[in-house]
Formats: sequence, C-alpha cells, structure tokens
Amino acid sequence: MNLTTTNGNPIPAPPRDYRLTGPEGTRAEALGLVSADWHLSPVPRKRMKELMQRKDLPAIRDTLLWFALLGLSGWLAHRFWGTWWCIPAFGVYGVLYGSVGDSRWHEGGHGTAFRTPWMNTAVYHLGSFMVTREPVSWRWSHARHHSDTIIVGRDPEIAVPRPTPLWRLALAPFGLLAVSAEFRKMAANCLGRITAEEADYLPASEHRKAILAARIHVTIWLASLGASIGLGTVEPLMFVGLPTFYGRWLSVVYGITQHAGLAEDVLDHRLNCRTVMMNRVNRFLYWNMNFHVEHHMFPTVPYHALPALHQEVRSDMPAPYTGLIDAYCEIIPALRRQAGDPSYFVHRPLAAPPVAS
Amino acid sequence: MTTGWVDVCGAEDIESEDVRRFDHHDRTYALYRTADNRYFATDGLCTHARVHLADGFVSGTTIECPKHNGRFDICTGRAKGAPASVDLTCHPVEIRDGRVWIGLA
Repeated sequence: MNLTTTNGNPIPAPPRDYRLTGPEGTRAEALGLVSADWHLSPVPRKRMKELMQRKDLPAIRDTLLWFALLGLSGWLAHRFWGTWWCIPAFGVYGVLYGSVGDSRWHEGGHGTAFRTPWMNTAVYHLGSFMVTREPVSWRWSHARHHSDTIIVGRDPEIAVPRPTPLWRLALAPFGLLAVSAEFRKMAANCLGRITAEEADYLPASEHRKAILAARIHVTIWLASLGASIGLGTVEPLMFVGLPTFYGRWLSVVYGITQHAGLAEDVLDHRLNCRTVMMNRVNRFLYWNMNFHVEHHMFPTVPYHALPALHQEVRSDMPAPYTGLIDAYCEIIPALRRQAGDPSYFVHRPLAAPPVAS
Repeated sequence: MTTGWVDVCGAEDIESEDVRRFDHHDRTYALYRTADNRYFATDGLCTHARVHLADGFVSGTTIECPKHNGRFDICTGRAKGAPASVDLTCHPVEIRDGRVWIGLA
C-alpha cells in the first residue's frame, strides 16, 4: 500500500540503511536474498567450457601495451615538467594509472585475466595500489558484491545509494571521498584493527594479511611523500599516489554505468546490471567490463571472452545500451529522480519467456 | 544416509578436464576427470558460499568456483586462495568395469 499525504501526494519512502552492520542485512536474509540462486541464461556446458578457457596472450599483450603507454606518458610528463606541456602528459598518465588500474585490479582479482596465476596476482596488487584499495579486504568485498549484487545491507560496493547523494556523486570523479574513506580504513588496519564493516565480509583468518597489506600501501605512500618533501617538488607524488585522484574520473564514468539507477534486492543480474556497447579503445581501457550483465552472471569467463559470451546469451538479455551516451541518457534522469524519490528505479525489459507449443 | 561405495556414472560420461554433479540422498558431490584420465570426487558445494562446483571450471587439477573464482585442488581438496579458505572434503573414487564409483563415509 502506498501512503499519501493529505493533498494526495505519495509520502517518500524513508531512506534505507546501506551499512553492512545495520538492520537491512538481517532483512535481506529473512527475504532469502543472501547467497541466493540467481537467474542464469542457458549456455550449453560444452560452449561454456570453451568460453571459460584461460589464455596468457591477450592479457600479456594488453598489459605490455598498458605499461608502454604509462612509460611513454610518464616520460613526457617528466620531460616537460615545469611547462604547460606536462599537463596533457599527466592527464594521460593519470588515466592509465587511476582508471585503467581499476579494470586491471578487477580482472586480476577475479584471477581470470591470465592463465598463469602469479600474473593475475601481480596485476591485482599493482592495480590495488594504483586505485588505493587494500587488496586483501577488497578481494573479499568484491566476492560479497558478486554473491549479493545490489542487495541493500549486504553488498559493500553499492556505488550510488538512494536517495542519490548528488554532491557525493559530483566529487566521485576525483576520488576524494572514496580515497579518504580508504585511508581511514587503512589507518585502522595499520594500527592492527579491522573495521566493523570489513569484519562483516573478511574472515578472521585474513585479518593479519589485510593489516600487512595496508602497512605496505601506506609505506609506499609515505615514501612518495617523503621523496616530494626531500626533493622540494610535488613531482614524485604526481607519479606515485596522486594519480589515484586526478586520473580516476574515467573509471567513474565507466563504473557508474554498471548498476546506477537500476533495481535493488532482485536476484536477476539482467535487472541490476547494464551491458553497454563500447568501441575498441574503451574496451581496452575497461577490459570489456562494459559486458557487465554477462560478467556478473558468469564471472569465470575471462574478459577477452566476454564479447563471445555476449553473443551467446543475447537472446536472453535486455537490449544492450548502444553506447555511453545512450546509457547516461537513462542514468542521469534516473539518479536525479531518485534524489527525491528513493523508491524509483529503472525497469529493464526482459525477453519474453518461450511460449509452450 | 547410505554409506559405502556408490555407482555414479560411466567413466566416459564425464568429459576430459571437466566436472559433473552427483546428488545422493540429501548431499551433493562433484566428480572430476582430469586431462590424463584420473578421477576425483569432493563435496559438491564451494566451502565459501555454497555454490555448486559442477558449474565451475576445471584447469589441470584445479576447480574454480563459478560464482567467486575460489579455487581448490581437486586431488586434495585444498583451498588455493581467497575467497576459498576452507578445504573441501574429498571422497575416494574407483573405476570398476568402466564405471565410476565413489566411496561415501
């Protein structure tokens, strides 16, 4: 039943509690939304085995290209330090560090990018530092995100809660709030403590590892800060540390398309994820995470096989968005509306079930 | 629950380097065949989040959970890294006259 005011207008639903330590987690559990069975589009086992096959070559090629671009833009930024020309060079370097690092963090974390396990681990730890995420607890946080995708009170990675926090969203491209929150968490870790939110998804056996990883990250940050102070120039921090702020914006542009404005508390990734068609450059930078419905439904499929998986399941999917502009034409009005009406969300049309003959 | 040896399937009913689900009474198991035609069996649900491993990916002697990419050694049940941190229980397997039998305790 919808409650209304005396003039007939609906009473907005009260804001929900997105904390993992609040009452919503218990509610989700009671509703059967925790570690539940999700819709899976049918894919023959033989074909799925082909799609899940691991390869080193695509990820080595992409990683070498990434390192080469980082090196070239970094060299140009250093070469032109003190002139206006360093600004575009740092612009490119920063995106390769603070945004491309995010997609590499993600794929390395799933362990699917490379066939060789240590390569996934190495890229994961490098990406974790670049995007300022303590790698141990974030691995578990992301596992929870896949278990309970956009389940309020369970998913620690809901980027845009309702009502839409517009001012927080406006700051997101610069990472100020996300990184400061991570710094607070890592500060606690450095002191040997695990926060209550972390403890909700991080088993006790992992606490020591998280504390060690946080101390290593903070040490690298302090080394970069110390180098800047010692040399009397901000240049070291511009290469190691600060790109997590000034280069983050593109990962936010990509990342907001994943779930923002869509349904909460549903057990169907077709209803709470978006697949957005992108050109080859964006797909290289984002490592094909634009196929986000497919990724959530089948996380064992490596990034390089997601376009093929998309073809395999497209008849069971809502129509993909034709591009970033198409997606944001839906997302921006939806988030503006959710700022005033938290009960609103975008309904994704599903393919009609087959008619029995 | 019935214990002892249970006839599961024909040895050729599992593809090479693959996994098959086997339900017996109120429990579920995963039966594996490696590329060099060795057979192994473990409990069927991932110890991290109770997902059926039979939907996962077998590579060498590793099974990867289909939901969170947790990995286990199918020969020993050993959890090989986060988010899998609790080992799987293994069950003995024998091939008898072209059929796969699992020993259930």
